[in-house]
Amino acid sequence: MRSFIFRIFILLALINFISINTYGSSLFKTEKDKVQDTISFVSPFEAANNRCFKCHGQEKYEYTNETIGRQVKDNMCSERILHKNEFYSSNHRSFSCTDCHSEEYAKFPHSGELRMEQKYNCIDCHGGDEKFAKYHFEEIETEYKQSTHFKMEDDGFSCWKCHNPHTYKISVRNANNLKETIAYDNAICLNCHSDYSRFQLLSDRAEIDIIKQHDWLPNQASHFANVRCIECHTKINNNIAVSHQIRPKAEAVRLCNECHSKNSILMASLYKFESKEQRRDGFFNGIILNASYVIGANRNEYLNVISLIIFIGVLIVIGVHIAFRIRNKSKTFKEK
Amino acid sequence: MYLYPKWIRAWHVVNAVIFLILIVTGLSMQYTDKENASYVVGFAKAVRIHNFAAIVLVLNYIIFVTGNLLTKNGNYYRFRRKNFISDLVKQFIYYSSGMFKGEKHPFPVTEERKFNPLQKITYVLALYVAIPLLIISGIGLLLPEITITTFFGISGLILTDILHITMGFFLSIFMIIHIYTCTLGHKPTSLFRGIITGYHVSEEE
Repeated sequence: MRSFIFRIFILLALINFISINTYGSSLFKTEKDKVQDTISFVSPFEAANNRCFKCHGQEKYEYTNETIGRQVKDNMCSERILHKNEFYSSNHRSFSCTDCHSEEYAKFPHSGELRMEQKYNCIDCHGGDEKFAKYHFEEIETEYKQSTHFKMEDDGFSCWKCHNPHTYKISVRNANNLKETIAYDNAICLNCHSDYSRFQLLSDRAEIDIIKQHDWLPNQASHFANVRCIECHTKINNNIAVSHQIRPKAEAVRLCNECHSKNSILMASLYKFESKEQRRDGFFNGIILNASYVIGANRNEYLNVISLIIFIGVLIVIGVHIAFRIRNKSKTFKEK
Repeated sequence: MYLYPKWIRAWHVVNAVIFLILIVTGLSMQYTDKENASYVVGFAKAVRIHNFAAIVLVLNYIIFVTGNLLTKNGNYYRFRRKNFISDLVKQFIYYSSGMFKGEKHPFPVTEERKFNPLQKITYVLALYVAIPLLIISGIGLLLPEITITTFFGISGLILTDILHITMGFFLSIFMIIHIYTCTLGHKPTSLFRGIITGYHVSEEE
């Protein structure tokens, strides 16, 4: 009886061990434990910009209505709200508001005509400038014009639909934490593709259920957390950092082997900046290992060689054993 | 001599089939390439089949462990400390030279001793060490979100995968040797017949 209880105990211990391993332990670091950086930038135009942030930096604003002669409180239109912290951590953080917007905005109430102000696009400032030549903005512009997004330009599509000039920050080029970069970049797509009210502004298509559309993808959550949408939905261009040619749905990558292979496309996209380091510690596409692990792309060449040697060794031993058995059998047969 | 009850034979045949499926699909995932997109079964199909077969393997393994805990079959996997190493050496010498000189098997199969010492240690290592590690690491790869992200600075997924493929590899090697040693019975086919019919035929019979 004691032995029976002992066996049941061992069985329960095994199940418990598997469940502990499955659900993890607080001893180990998890995704949730990572800490974000804080902003320390001080703008040379802080005082001037504060005049704008006074109203546009919050949901409510207050002004003196000179016609009726009293203070008025009102809600700021959500599209016109810009959080200071987001702006001062963005790529354009060193700008004054009036570098891009009319000086006329300094006056309040703002003139109605200012709403018609022509807004700059990326190429207006970044194009034809030696300082930005290495980023190939002209090629980005060409790619954008071939992308599926460009055909919606008449409906109001522009660079700013993806790259909000007030908050956008280059992520992948300076990525310290690739997972955060991936989440940031994917949020750009999901901003419209998972918000039908925004999506409708540019397209008459029915609402797309992103999760359902990607039902075919194994380990969907893991893919969404470890690669960007553009890995599969753009055409790779080796001249520019991030491909801007968004392809139509039918041309998206669907073959697992495109990424899960020794010559994974991830090396030309997500890991482009570090892809010079082709192998690390004997792993193919070793740089991927810094942030993730891709079955099929991260084979270890040493393990490959060792396993092949063991495999061949076993076959040789078996072959020799068979040879001795045959020899022995024929010898016994002759003796008989 | 009736040595393999029905449940053991059923477990064994399921294990064998599932193992072959897991090896083929596992290799397809590990060595897939863009140029050979349909390598054996192709990546996407390999993932689906591998996941399904793995779940069957886990259920089958639970049957095996439970059966061994609740029946006397578990006794065959217990070691006796006495002469442990010398018995292993004796069996090894028999396989490498004794059997060619016509020597008697040092540990003939009886109802009390189904496995010789070498068999016993490899079966215990395969079934109680390698398979649990394979299953645990497999669960970690099936559900990557629950796998620890870093372990002493190394990605948890890499360690999990290396553990998984290493165990998978050793079990594949085990399978090759297992199949070969099964030809070392009274006749090359008698041990195979035994695991199908349940009856073991020894040299004396």
